Amino acid sequence: MASDNCFKVKIIAPDRLFYEGEAEMIELTTTEGQLGVYKGHIPLTAVIAPGVVRVYEAGGEVKSAALISGFVEILQDKVEVLAEIVEWPDEIDLHRAEEAKIRAERRIAEKATDVNMARAELALKRAVARIDTVENK
Amino acid sequence: MASMRDIKRRKTSIQSTQQITKAMKLVSTVKLQRAKSAAERSKIYFNEMFATVSSILERSANINHPYLNNSGDGKKSVVVVTSNRGLAGGYNSNVTKLVTNDDRFSKDDTVIYAVGKKGKDTLQRKGFEIAADYTEVINAPLYSDAIDICNTLLEAYKKGEISEIYLAYTVFKNTVSQVPTMLKLLPVDLDAAKDVKELKDDETYSVKAIMNFEPEEEEALDLIIPKYVTSLLYGAMIEAVASENGARMQAMDNATSNAEEMIQDLELGYNRARQAHITQELTEIIGGAEALS
Repeated sequence: MASDNCFKVKIIAPDRLFYEGEAEMIELTTTEGQLGVYKGHIPLTAVIAPGVVRVYEAGGEVKSAALISGFVEILQDKVEVLAEIVEWPDEIDLHRAEEAKIRAERRIAEKATDVNMARAELALKRAVARIDTVENK
Repeated sequence: MASMRDIKRRKTSIQSTQQITKAMKLVSTVKLQRAKSAAERSKIYFNEMFATVSSILERSANINHPYLNNSGDGKKSVVVVTSNRGLAGGYNSNVTKLVTNDDRFSKDDTVIYAVGKKGKDTLQRKGFEIAADYTEVINAPLYSDAIDICNTLLEAYKKGEISEIYLAYTVFKNTVSQVPTMLKLLPVDLDAAKDVKELKDDETYSVKAIMNFEPEEEEALDLIIPKYVTSLLYGAMIEAVASENGARMQAMDNATSNAEEMIQDLELGYNRARQAHITQELTEIIGGAEALS
């Protein structure tokens, strides 16, 4: 049965329990790179980088959301994501994200000072994560 | 004895005050319900955050990180969370008293980050330095507000302007009990935080011994501690809103029942005065009639 390969997934946002369910696999982006987690993963705490989180549910459905910042705690039989900023595809304003992307790209092209550069890069990553989420839901 | 008209005027005035307090009570009851469920929802996040941070810190006891021990001689700073409006009983003054009655916080050595107008005004009057004012935030605290405040604090902390960060707010225990609390944010002092929020599930604790970190602990601390502080600030603001409305509801409930009591007393006085008036008129008429016959 599929339930043998399943583990609990909880995505917690500061103001709500964003997602709770059983999953076969979860994919997310950390500061160290992309990460796919199956059941029985070694315990790990990692810091989230802006990207798409995909939950492959026990029923075969795939749920994706834009996960912008936070961290993830992986245990043998459950995964908990403490998300500072997380959004479902239908909560994202695509138009706004695209504008933000263009703005950030311009700022990077202008080669601003170091601080602004880092900020622009982060803004770009956020915008790309949001656009990805909407386009590949 | 006061005249009938005086008593009547007084009664009307109290009645209209009572209407106001009654309405305020109803409004804060509704607001309290909303704030209470928001506070409960944010508690899950905070508890998880707390469990993770304490498990990291337990593994990194020997790390000399500025967030964990700071020997700098900067000023102390206090984030004071109060409300923008009064009429909430002792709610605001209880929080400001935490600062003014504490010997650790002298006027020359303390800067205040004020969230909420009442606390800011009181402390300013007492001669404290107000570094920043987030009056608007407390009307409807957002997580991004907490990020803002946290960034400002950490910047000053890194520059050495401030070497300790405290948080003064009101813990929302339940509808009738709110406890003003002073909490140390940085350098991180987990024991103090533990007193305020007892962690319920020990699940995450049992496995922490083999937890791995990516990036390594020290780097992870750099990234996670700001998130921890932000979550504390956010939780504090959300709870403070619930506490404010709880305190106001109680204060207004008391005011309404006091008004009720006063109205009853006045009613009695009014009826007595009316009786006396009638009796007097009667005696006058009888006396007049006798004199004529």
